[in-house]
Formats: sequence, structure tokens, C-alpha cells
Amino acid sequence: MSKFQFPESIRSRPVYGTLEPRPGKAHLMIADAEGAEALIDLAAQDADLIHAAHIIYIPKNTGETYVEKLRALAPAQLYVGPSYEASVPRIRRVLSDAHMGLQIYLAGTEGLMGQAMNEAMHAGIPHSAVQTEHRGSVARRMQCVHCKGITEDVMTDPFVCSHCGLNLFVRDHYSRRLAAFQGVCVDAEDPGNVPEPVELYK
Amino acid sequence: MSAAPQKTKAGAEKIDVTVSAVVKLNALVTRFEFTRTDGKEFPPFSAGAHTVVEMNDDGRTRLNPYSLMSDPADPTIYAISVRRDDAGRGGSLFMHNNVNVGDRMTLSYPVNLFPLDLRGRKHVFLAGGIGITPFMAMIAHLERISAPWEMHYACRSKELGSYVDELTGKYPSKVHVYFDDQDQKLPLEDLLDGQPLGTHVYVCGPKGMINWVHSTAAAHGWPEEHVHSEEFLAPQPGKPFEVRLCKSDITIQVGENESLLEAIERCGVEAPFLCRGGACGQCETDVVEADGTFDHRDHWLDDEEHASGKKIMPCVSRFVGKTLVLDR
Repeated sequence: MSKFQFPESIRSRPVYGTLEPRPGKAHLMIADAEGAEALIDLAAQDADLIHAAHIIYIPKNTGETYVEKLRALAPAQLYVGPSYEASVPRIRRVLSDAHMGLQIYLAGTEGLMGQAMNEAMHAGIPHSAVQTEHRGSVARRMQCVHCKGITEDVMTDPFVCSHCGLNLFVRDHYSRRLAAFQGVCVDAEDPGNVPEPVELYK
Repeated sequence: MSAAPQKTKAGAEKIDVTVSAVVKLNALVTRFEFTRTDGKEFPPFSAGAHTVVEMNDDGRTRLNPYSLMSDPADPTIYAISVRRDDAGRGGSLFMHNNVNVGDRMTLSYPVNLFPLDLRGRKHVFLAGGIGITPFMAMIAHLERISAPWEMHYACRSKELGSYVDELTGKYPSKVHVYFDDQDQKLPLEDLLDGQPLGTHVYVCGPKGMINWVHSTAAAHGWPEEHVHSEEFLAPQPGKPFEVRLCKSDITIQVGENESLLEAIERCGVEAPFLCRGGACGQCETDVVEADGTFDHRDHWLDDEEHASGKKIMPCVSRFVGKTLVLDR
């Protein structure tokens, strides 16, 4: 089961939905890992939509689990890449060639959806018009508010900044511009007094 | 439409003006230009804003909203273009027949319910008839900041096409005009197709045209945030009815040819308003008691609120029935 119900939180925290077919002139789908399941569910609702879609997929630790299933949906184009970073030039090229009427579907981890959302916004699409569906890992992309370094796939709270080494508290305060949650030093007033790290949502 | 600014006073602040020019454009449309009577500069306005013109028609106060069409960068004049509506309630006829150069009038401070979204990469204007007016100010603004735009303007005929010559003369490659009497149709589907990502479309014209643009753009996959429209409704006449204003503790009669808001004002009760056309939400009033049928005509309240019978927009909506008690 790849679905996770996030607890209610502050307004800043992104809320994800369920992908649904929408009318459009072109369809761009970007997913990672278990996000593939959301695309497969979408195809079950509207197979023709997928036949017209360009899918950019990053399997991450799921390896080959979903690749053949996605190919079997017969999308117009399927790109399978080794990492989100490696797919960015392709995403930007697709967006720079796109016109109004493009629909964007994002599925998978928060880090992928946030960063791809950011690319869409830069291309001139309002964030509210981009569909998202969370699947798979609940790991977060965190920004250290002190050194500004980004730590990917954070699974515990607190965690150690991979750039400056500070002990950071995982906040729900989110930046759409950075596509990251904010991590704040947890032991600033009493250095060394760091709570035992707990796995997120456990 | 976004929330209107919160105000405690009825209407916006006012400006005393003198009519500085009356220019007849064609058989139906006349432009009126105003300067400030106190000689100062006008407050700046953003393109797409309207002003409410106060007319003293033989003792009866008429308040009509008109889009400002002058260059927003010119603080010395405000200009509006008024289409004569012979079947209307008389405001536009008053402007055409009674307003002359040198007359003193009162305008409200500008209010913008139809702003440009300046995050847009490109702006596409769709005008129908007199709906051209807000775009005149928008074009002036976009030309100044060198932002890309194009216009598609449908009008009845060459003779009735206000500003057609001026626009096609100045911007021959950006302005496209379609004349009804020559069977020319605005090719909406074609022109929505292939617009660059980040394009915004703005429509001002008759209700049918506005609905057509919204539904066609949605079917083409345009986000609703990128489709902007403005339509002022004129209050329609209807059967007279009686209303009790419980806060003011009076009962008033609403005549056949006046709106509920006008009747409230006539009886000396201050009621908030900005657009007087069912768009801004400022005059929203709570219903305390009602025995009858509402005739909702605004596009501010949603369908659920209309059905609830708990709220009414007195600028355009009416009531048929035995009792209506408002919290005013």
C-alpha cells in the first residue's frame, strides 16, 4: 500500500490530492518510485489520456518494479531516468516547448512533486492548476535555515544538516520557492541537548 | 473574483470633477473626459479599474459604474466611454443628453475588480462592443512596460466600432477586429490554441461572450486563474415590493424602476456599495426573514447562498412575495 494519510497541519504544509483526468491539449506526467501506481490508477480511468501523455519517471529504489507496467500503458513518450536532477533538463525543455492547455500530473514523493511544481510555476502555470498525488516514501526535502543547504530524503526528526552539521528540527513550514521544508537548529540555546531522533510520523 | 476591500462607509471616497471634453465617437458611444475641479492631480489607478459616476437627474441621484479608459500614467484626466442604452434605466441617456463641457460632476475613487495579472507572460484581450473600454487603459499600461499582448475585438459594424481606427492604426499587428455585419466571427478556439505557457486571457463584453470564453478555455485545459472577465449588470426593473429594514426600524417600498439598494438610499439609510453591478460583493446583506421568492441576479453569491435565502445583493437582486426583512 503506497498511500499515506498525512495528519492535519499548518496552512503552509502542501496538501496532495488524487490524480484525475482533465481536458487539455497536452499531458505531462512526472513521477518517482511508487508514484507510478498513481499513473497506473489514472490510466484505469482514462487510457486514452495516457496514450497522449509524456511520462517522465524516476524509479529511485523501486528499480524495475514499475517500468514495464508504465510502458504497457502505451504513453506517447516514456522517459526513465536515474535521478530527478538528471531529468531536469528534459522537464525544462518540455515546458519551454509547451503551450497553454498543457496539463501537469505529479505523483510520488514530496521532494519530486515540490521540485517539479517549481519548474511548472517558473514556466507560467499557477501551482493551483497542477495536480498532485502523494505515493510512497514520506521522506522530506529539508532546507537548513542557517546554512541554506538542502538535505534530501530526511526520515527522522531531528536530523543532522548534511552541509553544516547542525541538529535540525523538522518543521511543517514549507517554501514553494525552494520546494523544501524548513529545518531549524534544535539545540541552539543548550548545545548538545538534542532529543532522540524519531522516525517521521511514528 | 477576489474578496473586496473591507470598508465601513457607503461607497468609495469621492472626487469633484469638471467635464473637460465630450467626444461623440459614433451613433451610440460618447467619450467623457474629466479634470479635477480643485485643479489637483487625480489619484493613480490601475488598468481595468472603474469609477462610479454620480448623476443628478432632476433631483434623482443616479450612480453608474464605468471603466476608466484613459492612460493610467496620466494623472490630469479620467476618461470614460458611455454606450447609449435607449431601453436602459436612463443613466446612459442622461450622460448623452444632459452632460456638457464645463458641468460639475462627482466621481468615486477608482476601484479595480478587473486587474491585469502582471505575472502573465502574455495578455490576450477579447472585447465585445463597449467592452473595449477597460482594455484601452490596459494596453497603455502594457505598452509602457513593453509586455506582449494581442487583442481580438468583435463589434457590430465598422460604423459602431469604437476606437477601431485608433487601435488598428497604432497597433496593426496586435489588434484584430471582427465585424458582425460582415459575418466575421472571433475565432476563439484557434486563438486559444498555441498560446505560450503563462498567457492570461481577459474578456469584457456581453454575458454570452463571457460564458463562451470561460467554457471554451476550460475545455482547452486553461487554468481558471488565467481567464479573467468583467461584466457589470444593470439592475433590471421588476414588480414593486415592500421591505422592512430592521436595524433602521423602517419599512420601505421598492419601486418598479429602482433597485433595492437605490430604495434603501432614497430612504436615507446608509448601505455599503462599490460597483453597483453585482460583482464586488460590498453590498451583501443578511436576510432576517423572508416569505416569498428571491430574484437573485448577482454573480457574487454562489448557488448555495442563493438557494439558502439568507443573503441578498441589493444592487441588482429583487424579491417577490409577502414579507422581506433585512438586517440593515
